Amino acid sequence: MTDVDLLIIGGGSAGMAAAIEAFNHGVKNILIVEKDKQLGGILNQCIHNGFGLTEFKEELTGPEYLSRFENQVETLGIKYLLNTLVLDVSKEKVVTLSNKSGITLLKARAIIFAVGCYERNAGAIQLPGDRPSGIITAGTAQKYLNIHGYLAGKKIVILGSGDIGLIMARRMTLEGAKVLCVSEIMPYSNGLNRNIAQCLNDYNIPLYLSHTVSKVIGKSRVEKVILSKVDENRNIIPNTEMEFDCDTLILSVGLVPYNSLLENMGCLMSSTKGPCVNENMMTNIPGVFACGNCLHVHDVVDFVTDEGRNAGIGASKFLLETFNETNSLKISPKNGISYVIPQYLDKNCNEKVTFKFRVRQPIKNAYVVIKSGDKEILKIFKPVLIPSEMVMIKVDAEKLNDLTEDILITLEGKDE
Amino acid sequence: MNKEFTCIVCPRGCHLIIDDQLNVTGNSCPRGALYAKSEVTHPTRMITSSVRVKNREDTLVSVKTSIPVPKELIFTIIKEMDKISVEAPTNIGDVIIKNVLNTGADIVITKNIK
Repeated sequence: MTDVDLLIIGGGSAGMAAAIEAFNHGVKNILIVEKDKQLGGILNQCIHNGFGLTEFKEELTGPEYLSRFENQVETLGIKYLLNTLVLDVSKEKVVTLSNKSGITLLKARAIIFAVGCYERNAGAIQLPGDRPSGIITAGTAQKYLNIHGYLAGKKIVILGSGDIGLIMARRMTLEGAKVLCVSEIMPYSNGLNRNIAQCLNDYNIPLYLSHTVSKVIGKSRVEKVILSKVDENRNIIPNTEMEFDCDTLILSVGLVPYNSLLENMGCLMSSTKGPCVNENMMTNIPGVFACGNCLHVHDVVDFVTDEGRNAGIGASKFLLETFNETNSLKISPKNGISYVIPQYLDKNCNEKVTFKFRVRQPIKNAYVVIKSGDKEILKIFKPVLIPSEMVMIKVDAEKLNDLTEDILITLEGKDE
Repeated sequence: MNKEFTCIVCPRGCHLIIDDQLNVTGNSCPRGALYAKSEVTHPTRMITSSVRVKNREDTLVSVKTSIPVPKELIFTIIKEMDKISVEAPTNIGDVIIKNVLNTGADIVITKNIK
């Protein structure tokens, strides 16, 4: 059985950043395992631009962004296996790999999970009506079009206003499809404002807020999609139907972290469907780390890269330094905050920690307060907070010293 | 009369307001002001797409315009891109159409294919 110091599962943006950072921090025996035929993960199909503004202070397309990290992986001589699937990881960090040369076992001293997420599909949202061909997730339609060159349909209804759905509305319009509308069940869009502007408004594609699909009709192929208005509890309001003759329904209804391997290992999971981690991105299993979209779904790749680096540094500390295992403080979200990363903080933490969180619904003029017991660690004012934008708050090391009680992150009104 | 729109320069998406004298408010950076001015005078957009690779099975290579192009030419430029197929290997930055439709923009490759 081969031994590696650090195994990284997933060669996308999180995995490559983790590998490069761990290498630069002294870990040399690294192996990245990637299931696809190339490094880069989902960025390979994200041919639109808008990546890299934080990371490189310029606007790149997905393939350009990934190539900068791919080049570093090559230059540093970090080993990677393509077309290789990880079938199992044991608690002892014995990893079962499958590829053309068969099944191999490998022992790792530390493992970083950077496996990304998957798209919610028709079954996951209990889509009402028929199940003909022509119901497809936005990411799949994107892969067909941008990697293989096939247009998934000609007359299209899109359900969900997440960014991938908006990007695909524009992309399919440019390649000759007619996008009839985008329907969003919430009273606000889940996509970036700029994508509403440049992907929908530019092409006069209507966006119906508080609307969802109440029925799909079609025998062998989608023939009609019926949209209905929903009330504030997201229940369909009768007699509000709008009928669209179309051949394709594209679903852009959310991403879910992909974590069956971690769950099988007995890893403690959080409400994000990702594992619980501490400030080093380490799970409750010593030496097992997670970063990127398998930890929680990010808005922009630059933040994924940053989190990958954190995990890479965390793993290098685990491998090269004496990693004092002490009791951790629990970090919990409260009062309008849906989740926070990390979920645990080492009591001996002596470094700056970035708290990342999302709010449950749009809120104006609120204070974000971080407390340990009654002790206020930080309070900052935010004029606008919306669920589709992850908030990142950096807290200096000195503010995190000598904490004894569990940490709460909460929202308070302006006058409180 | 004031015009309002969402800035598309970066993912932040500022709400921009521009008046008749081309004074911009609501922007968080100078690029937002430039965008607002260009949006009311001659709106432009970056175009990204992908083109066929002749000598690789089931492979497309992604491309973009080197600079934003006039909005009204988007569909015509996409048609120009669709006519093209390239040969691998490709390198990021390779120009496949020079000065497309006299816009001053080149169509450049955005993906390395070995």
